[in-house]
Amino acid sequence: MLAFIVRRLIGAFLVLIAVSFITYLIFVQIPGGDPAQRIAGRTATDANIADIREKLHLNDPFYEQYWGMMQSLFTGSLKSYASQLDVVDQIKQGIPATFSLCIGAGIIWLGFGILVGVISAVTAGRLSDRVITVLALIGISMPVFWLGLIVRYLFAQDHPFHFMPDGGYIPLTSNPWEWFVHLLMPWFVLAVLFIGFYGRVLRSNVLDTINEDYVRTARAKGLPPRRVLVKHVLRNSLIPIVTLFGLDFAAVLGGSAILTETVFDLKGVGYYAAQSVQSLDLPPIMGVTIYATFFIVLFSVLVDLLYAWLDPRIRPT
Amino acid sequence: MAESTTDFTLDSAAALAAEEQGAIEGKSPWLLAWRRLRRNYVALSFLGLFVLIVVICTLAPLYKDYVAHTGPNEGHLGETFTRDGKQVPIVSKGGFVGGEFIAGGIPVGPQLWHAGGRYVFGADTQGRDVAVRLLYGGLTSLKVGIGSALICSLFALVLALLAGYYGGWVDWLIARFFDLIWAFPVLLLAIALGTALSINGFHHFGINVESGSLWIPTLVISYVLIPYVGRPLRGQILSLREKEFIEAATAQGASPLRVMFSELVPNIASSVLVFFTLIIANNILTEAGLSFLGAGVQPPSASWGTLIADGQERIVTAPWLAIIPGIAIVLTVLSLNIFGDGLRDALDPRAKVRIEH
Repeated sequence: MLAFIVRRLIGAFLVLIAVSFITYLIFVQIPGGDPAQRIAGRTATDANIADIREKLHLNDPFYEQYWGMMQSLFTGSLKSYASQLDVVDQIKQGIPATFSLCIGAGIIWLGFGILVGVISAVTAGRLSDRVITVLALIGISMPVFWLGLIVRYLFAQDHPFHFMPDGGYIPLTSNPWEWFVHLLMPWFVLAVLFIGFYGRVLRSNVLDTINEDYVRTARAKGLPPRRVLVKHVLRNSLIPIVTLFGLDFAAVLGGSAILTETVFDLKGVGYYAAQSVQSLDLPPIMGVTIYATFFIVLFSVLVDLLYAWLDPRIRPT
Repeated sequence: MAESTTDFTLDSAAALAAEEQGAIEGKSPWLLAWRRLRRNYVALSFLGLFVLIVVICTLAPLYKDYVAHTGPNEGHLGETFTRDGKQVPIVSKGGFVGGEFIAGGIPVGPQLWHAGGRYVFGADTQGRDVAVRLLYGGLTSLKVGIGSALICSLFALVLALLAGYYGGWVDWLIARFFDLIWAFPVLLLAIALGTALSINGFHHFGINVESGSLWIPTLVISYVLIPYVGRPLRGQILSLREKEFIEAATAQGASPLRVMFSELVPNIASSVLVFFTLIIANNILTEAGLSFLGAGVQPPSASWGTLIADGQERIVTAPWLAIIPGIAIVLTVLSLNIFGDGLRDALDPRAKVRIEH
C-alpha cells in the first residue's frame, strides 16, 4: 500500500511538471503576444522594450525562462505582466470565493444527486421516475452560464418577483448571513448539471445492484426493505459516485467553476483566470493552471486511495 | 481479484442459443439494434427534432433572402419597419424602462408574425434580426459541435487502436498522453488555447489557420476531449485484444492493419457511435461556454454562445437576446442526449457510456 501511494505521488509530481511546461510552451509560442511591448505601452522606444525584455529575462533560452518562472511561482514572487500584481497573492485572494462556491455546490449536488437517484430507482418506471429522468436530462443539457443568467434575471434583477441579492461575493467572516444568501443562486446553478448526472448514474447503479444475489438473500432472510436498501444496495451503489465526486469536485475547484464565477461576478480564482486570459497575461495563467492541476492530481490520488479502502477487491497488493 | 465467475460452459452456451434460436437466427447485431431502436419512440422523435434543427439551420440563407430580408450582420440603427400598418423604430432612442433610465437604444422585441416575417425574435442593440442571427449562429455551433466530435472520435479511435493493438511502449506513450490532457483543467486549457490561437492564428508545421477561423474552436475542443473518448475505447480494445478471434486472424496471417480495421473496429463501432452522438452534445455546450468567455467563435461570426454573451448585458431591457439562443442550445443538446441514450440501450443494453463534461 505504501509503495502504491509513493508511486502515485511521484506520478502526480511528474504530471504537474509536464502540465506547467506545456502551458508555458503554448504561451511562448504565441506570435505577436510579446509581453515586453504590452508592459512598455504605446509610447515606448525600442530601448525601453529592450530594457524590459532584459529585466524579465525574455532574451534567455526558453527553458531558463521556464525555470525562472517556476522558481518565482514557488517563492511567491511571480508578478503579472499586465498589472504587476503578485500572482500568488491574487490567487490567494480568490480562494475564499472559489472554495465557498465549490464546497457549497458540492454538498448540494451530492445530497440532491443521491436523493434524486434513489427516488428514481426505487420508483423505476412510475411517474416520479419519468419526471425525474426528464428533469435530469434537461439539467445536463443546459449551458451553466445561461442558466445562471436566467436565474439571475428572474430572481435578482429588475423583475416583478425578484427577492435575491444580485451577484458578488460577501466574505464569510464579514457577514455569514449575507455570504449564504449571496451564494445560494450560484450554488444551485453550479450543482444542477451534477445533480442530473449523479441522479442518472446512481439510478442505474442501484437498479444493477438490486438484482445481485446478496440483495435477494437479504430480502429472503426477512430484512426490512429500508434496511436492505440502505445497508445492502446503497452502500455498494455509492462507490462509483465517490470516484465521480472526487474528480468532479477537483475539476470544479480547479477552474470548471469559471463560467459560474463569471456570470455571478464572484471574484474567485476562475474569474481571475478568465480576466488574465483575456489580456493574455502569462504569469497568472501559469499560476492558475498549476493551482488547478494540483487539485486535479491530488484528488485523483485521494480517490484512488478511498476507492481501495471502500472496495477491498481492487486493493493493490 | 475475487470477482465471482459464472459457469459458462459450451453446454450452457448451446442451451442458451437453442432457447433464443427462433428469435435471433440470421440477424446481424446491427439489425437487432435497429429493431430495438425502432420501438423506442421517444429516442426516435428526439432524433427527428435534432434533424429538424439541423435542416432549419442549413436553410438560413433562404430565410435571410425570402423571409427576413436582412443578413446576420446587417445593422439597422435608426430605421423603422411596418407592423400592422404602423411604422415602428427597430431600435428606439432609449428612455425610461420600468422607472429606470436606459441611455442606449432599446431594440424591438419578438414580433412573431406581426411584421410579415421580419424580427420574428426581435432585434438586437444594433438593429440586427435575432432570428437570422439565431439560424446562422446555429449553423456555426452545429459545425463546430459536429466537426469537433468527428475529429475527436477519429483521433481517439486511431490512438486507442494503436495503443490497444501494439501495447508495450506505444500503449505506454499514448496512455500517458491521455493522462496528461486529462490532468489539465479542461475548460482552462480550452480557454487558454482558444485565446492564444485567436490572436494571430496558427502557422506552424505547415498548417495555416487564420485567426478568425472556425477551425480554432473546433480543433481546440476536439483536442481537449480526446482522452474522454480515447480512454474507454483503449480499455475495450485491450480486452478484445486477448480474445481468440484476434489470435485466429493473426494466425491466418492478417496484417496489423487488417486486424485493426476488420476485426477490432467492427467490435467497438457501436461504442464509437454512441460516444459520437453524446460528444456532439457535449461539444456544443463546450463551444457555447468558450464563446461566452470570448475564447471560442470570434466576431463577426455568431454562434449560440456568442449570442448569449451579447445578450448578457441587456438581459433586463432585452431578455430575448439571451433567452432565445439558450433555448436553442437546450433543445439541440437535449435531443442528442436522449437519442444517444436510446442508441446505447439499443446497441448494447449493458454498456455504460458516460461523457464527462
